[in-house]
Amino acid sequence: MSTFGALGNIFKKQRYYFEGEGEMVVDLDPSAALDQRRDELIKARQSGNFPGDDMIVNMGPQHPSTHGVLRLELVLDGEIVKKVTPHIGYLHRNFEKHAENLGWNEIIPYTDRLDYLAAMNMNHGYCLAVEKLLGIKELPKKVEYIRVICAEFMRISSHLMAVGTFGLDVGAITPFLWAFRDRERILDLFEWISGARLLYNYIWIGGLSRDMPSGWIKQATEFLDELERNMKEFNRLLSGNQIFIKRAAEVGVLPPEVAINCGATGPVLRGSGIKWDCRKDEPYSIYPQFEFEIPVGEGRYGPMGSAFDRYWVRIREIEEAIKILRQALPQCPEQGDVKEAIPRRMKTAAGAECYVRSEAPRGEIGFYVRSNGSDIPDRVRCRSSCFVHVSLLDEISRGCMVADMILNIGSIDIVLGEVDR
Amino acid sequence: MTPELIAEKLQARFGDKILEFAKDAINPVAKVAPDAVHDVCKFLKDDAELYFDMCHNLSGYDLGAGKNLAVIYHLFSFKHQHWFAIKAEVPREGGHLPTVALLWRTAEWHEREVFDLYGIRFDGNPDLRRILCPDDWEGWPLRKDYVVQEYYHGIRVPYKEDWNNFDTLAANPERGHFVFQFEKRLPVVNGNGKAAEKSNQ
Repeated sequence: MSTFGALGNIFKKQRYYFEGEGEMVVDLDPSAALDQRRDELIKARQSGNFPGDDMIVNMGPQHPSTHGVLRLELVLDGEIVKKVTPHIGYLHRNFEKHAENLGWNEIIPYTDRLDYLAAMNMNHGYCLAVEKLLGIKELPKKVEYIRVICAEFMRISSHLMAVGTFGLDVGAITPFLWAFRDRERILDLFEWISGARLLYNYIWIGGLSRDMPSGWIKQATEFLDELERNMKEFNRLLSGNQIFIKRAAEVGVLPPEVAINCGATGPVLRGSGIKWDCRKDEPYSIYPQFEFEIPVGEGRYGPMGSAFDRYWVRIREIEEAIKILRQALPQCPEQGDVKEAIPRRMKTAAGAECYVRSEAPRGEIGFYVRSNGSDIPDRVRCRSSCFVHVSLLDEISRGCMVADMILNIGSIDIVLGEVDR
Repeated sequence: MTPELIAEKLQARFGDKILEFAKDAINPVAKVAPDAVHDVCKFLKDDAELYFDMCHNLSGYDLGAGKNLAVIYHLFSFKHQHWFAIKAEVPREGGHLPTVALLWRTAEWHEREVFDLYGIRFDGNPDLRRILCPDDWEGWPLRKDYVVQEYYHGIRVPYKEDWNNFDTLAANPERGHFVFQFEKRLPVVNGNGKAAEKSNQ
């Protein structure tokens, strides 16, 4: 367990409430905690009522801080949350069924609508999976560079949204507006390169939908200079703010073992102190060429894996993304055809299947693709990180106050388009 | 450990419960007898050399109308940084598998999703309810032979007249491209406004 960093007394801060037993500290063995939770779940469901003064309150689906249409069924003992049952599916449109009726390349616009705040990364993840299935190994250098540049800009934009709305959740309005100001600039850049502001359909299987316009790199580099200045301002305003730190550093604690067992990925996993990043540890595309670090939660102001740690990982990831862009932008080749490797016929053997994951801003997005031999897929499965993160809301929220629920939802940073698919 | 070694280890431990091992696949996958899924997963998770502490993906798929349903588990180990996949096939009617939700908590919701969309039951899952579709939805949407229910709470679900007259509607692009067909594929219209060749599904 040494690779996971100092575990410390993480559970000391984590308060668990079980019926009739009052406060208790859960055993470090995750399977024991799991058995307990299962017994408790079954008991609660069978009895159908909760003793004493417990109250069931619905949070959402119209609640503004649920970041979409998410309904949480809270069991409350006064102000204390005893149990959270998320109800999802309000945005369900069965992307996977649609995908079974479309060609491989026709699915890409649908992947935009999964995580609509990080559409480039969804395109990229899906294309990586299909390229692996079709056996496309070498792509033109220019395509790879533009893909990585777009993915990293998207990561910055998505994280700006995440930290901005997280500030909004705790009551800070200015950082939200500042974050949106910078995000708008990134959307402008995307509009210039792809023609759309939010849903791009830009990364295609084996290539890109269009070439990079001349002058784009210059504009992008100028924006990076500005963003670096703005991030310093942003950190002065929010990240170093003692009121904010004290508010966020003790809530929503997710211990590392639980994070792994629950399947957390991305900033949620790294916030718990686990140094793991798909781009570095299982590299894809041209990420091995770039130097960057994997920020992890430090637990500097409270227990490790708190809401603040996840926030801080995102802020640091913006800096790392800038670092990658600083290397990638000047190296990006001027010449080259971005459509030359797009396959004419996208067919492969019946029953061929593969599962590929990639690092999207909210966690690892995995695509399981399976072919039936024709030019439309047999199965496209999207393993969504947000889906998993919603399922661990109960884990990080037990014993917290109702007001902290807002922070917990904000800190795991979910997009309901990806949860419900 | 390489997938071949993992498969050998599984075969040595479970014998004929490991039905086959596709080692040439892009992601090598072992096919396991349905009743042994939990035991195999527990072994994969607890063994010190394997130590698959994360269930990265759990997904179902349909082998075609009248054939079996399958569930595939993609496992990953943070400690050893290796992958393995197992899959199990169950019959279309009354198919059920032992749950792995008590080994990996991720699996709890993923199993609910597979139950919701394919109708495969997971014995022992603490909270096996529909998750994405409404509780009173009929049928299992991701099955290949799925037919949309007629009415849902008095709301008509399929566009029946469109459903029957697909070809005439496809010829009338003003309405044709608002129709979504589960059974037939929409004609792909290229830049010239001409319909591209239809796929032979």
